[in-house]
Amino acid sequence: MSVDWQAFRLTVELAAIVSVVLFMAGLPLAYWIAFSRWRWKFIVEALVALPIVLPPTVLGFYLLVALGSQSPVGRWWRSWTGHTLAFTFAGLVIGSIVYSLPFAVQPFAASFSSIDRKLLSASATLGASPLRGFFRVVLPLSMPGLVTGVALAFAHTMGEFGVVLMIGGNIPGVTRTVSISIYDQVEAANYASANAMAALLLAFCFVVLTVVYGLNSRTPSRKLWMLGPIE
Amino acid sequence: MPDPAESNSPNQILSARIRKVLPAAKQDFTLDVEFTAVPGFTVLFGPSGSGKTTLLDCIAGLTVPDAGRISIGPRVLFDSDRAFELPVARRSVGYVLQDLALFPHLTVEENTEYGLAHLPRSERKARAKEILQDFGIEHLGTRRPAQVSGGERQRVALARSLVTDPCVLLLDEPLAALDVATKSKILDDLRRWNRDHRVPILYVTHSREEVMALGERVLVMENGSIIAQGTPHEVLRAPLQETVAQLAGFENIFEATVESIHEERGTMICRLSQADATRPVLLETPLIRAEAGLQLSVGIRAGDILLAISKPEGLSARNVIAGRLQSLDRRDMIISARVDCGVEMQVHLTLAARDALQLAPGRDVWLVIKTHSCHLMQK
Repeated sequence: MSVDWQAFRLTVELAAIVSVVLFMAGLPLAYWIAFSRWRWKFIVEALVALPIVLPPTVLGFYLLVALGSQSPVGRWWRSWTGHTLAFTFAGLVIGSIVYSLPFAVQPFAASFSSIDRKLLSASATLGASPLRGFFRVVLPLSMPGLVTGVALAFAHTMGEFGVVLMIGGNIPGVTRTVSISIYDQVEAANYASANAMAALLLAFCFVVLTVVYGLNSRTPSRKLWMLGPIE
Repeated sequence: MPDPAESNSPNQILSARIRKVLPAAKQDFTLDVEFTAVPGFTVLFGPSGSGKTTLLDCIAGLTVPDAGRISIGPRVLFDSDRAFELPVARRSVGYVLQDLALFPHLTVEENTEYGLAHLPRSERKARAKEILQDFGIEHLGTRRPAQVSGGERQRVALARSLVTDPCVLLLDEPLAALDVATKSKILDDLRRWNRDHRVPILYVTHSREEVMALGERVLVMENGSIIAQGTPHEVLRAPLQETVAQLAGFENIFEATVESIHEERGTMICRLSQADATRPVLLETPLIRAEAGLQLSVGIRAGDILLAISKPEGLSARNVIAGRLQSLDRRDMIISARVDCGVEMQVHLTLAARDALQLAPGRDVWLVIKTHSCHLMQK
């Protein structure tokens, strides 16, 4: 029985990078979804939600085509770095960002939408720019949603399989994530190793989600502020 | 303190011409008003849905009018002719929203300092401290809104707006939820602030008492228009329109026809139109310039009607009407009785009166109404 620690490190690294990127890119996108009055907004919402329902192989296939050496993106990347995006860690990051996008953006947007608009009106009449209102009012009041979104994106990236296999392949130390490694072990009939890694992944994801939901249930946004001044 | 003569200078007068159509399910709502407000209190009075909040939203810039012009002295906030719209954040309009909208995650101090971001930190602290002291809530500085009482929250919301030295102050029913004692204390604070900072204050309220206590001027709104304006006395004591009367606290309003005129007695007799012809209800009312046959409305406050359980005699009151008690409803500390005397009248009693007279539905009673308790209104 052996645990592929290299795959574990790679997976955590991937999930961490994807979470950070989704946090930063997801905020403006979620803000736009929550506050825009554009009549075709629902199309964007549907696009964002697409990765939830799409089979990972479909998503992976199109990403592979989009990132491959024939595509404009792939060619640009190649001229810049000297190799293709497909079957690299960078390609994996891009694929995972797309794949986990709704898991970050939807909780963000939901928590932005639930903020009392009156608070933003008050902020504006007190002379604050929308940006200041965002950082001083919207963001702190959305904290539970932000934590949930980042945690879901992280956990979801930890466990992805189809997209990784399609665009990353199975290169040890580069694109072989835990779920791929488990698949390999099963293919090779190393059930003990597969079991060890699967259990580890299960436990890890469970702990992450438990911590997040536990925090959120004990301090829902409204009650959080009743705890009193932090001196 | 600024010189009072200076305080009414045109550069502080709010003048607004606003037209705004809000789509609604049944019928679109149209706000269509034109008015000016000089420094001091101008009370906006009217039933809910009459457009008071929409009007304030337009001045604050939270709602964009379809047409019109809003200015404070030479400063233009909005002008549809020039397609000009000053952003909300740059209007320096103080707006205390109906539900206050205090930032729940910030302390009282942080809330108060929110509008002072352009100042250095020390100045911010000093100003916030000063206004919190003025409002008697400096000891709450480190608490959050959820940890202070309703009256204190109201003060925080006022302080948060006032500390920014707004050019115009909009208050949307700021005291609606408070008890009388707290209310009058906060009104004192507001009046004091108003003496030192002469800016136009638009004050929305449903409460007659607040109108009387504050109003240098009242604008009565109904259905998106201003239907009456003047001093509270002019608008409320001599109601011309029925809506004003309803607002002014006439629980009983009846259609009536002038039956006969008695100049020698200084009174006239009016027949209430809603009453059955077989059981007419006649009221002796004050004399106005009218002719027999004129249609008008009579308003009677429920608290101005006496109720007796046997037919009273030897009274100066000219109207004694027999009726039957329909129902008794307790509202807070008063009893609202409905009496059928040909028309339905509402009478307010104390709990003690109900118990002393052992009133119950079905009981025969007499209503006593003084001539001068009958307020006549044009139709």
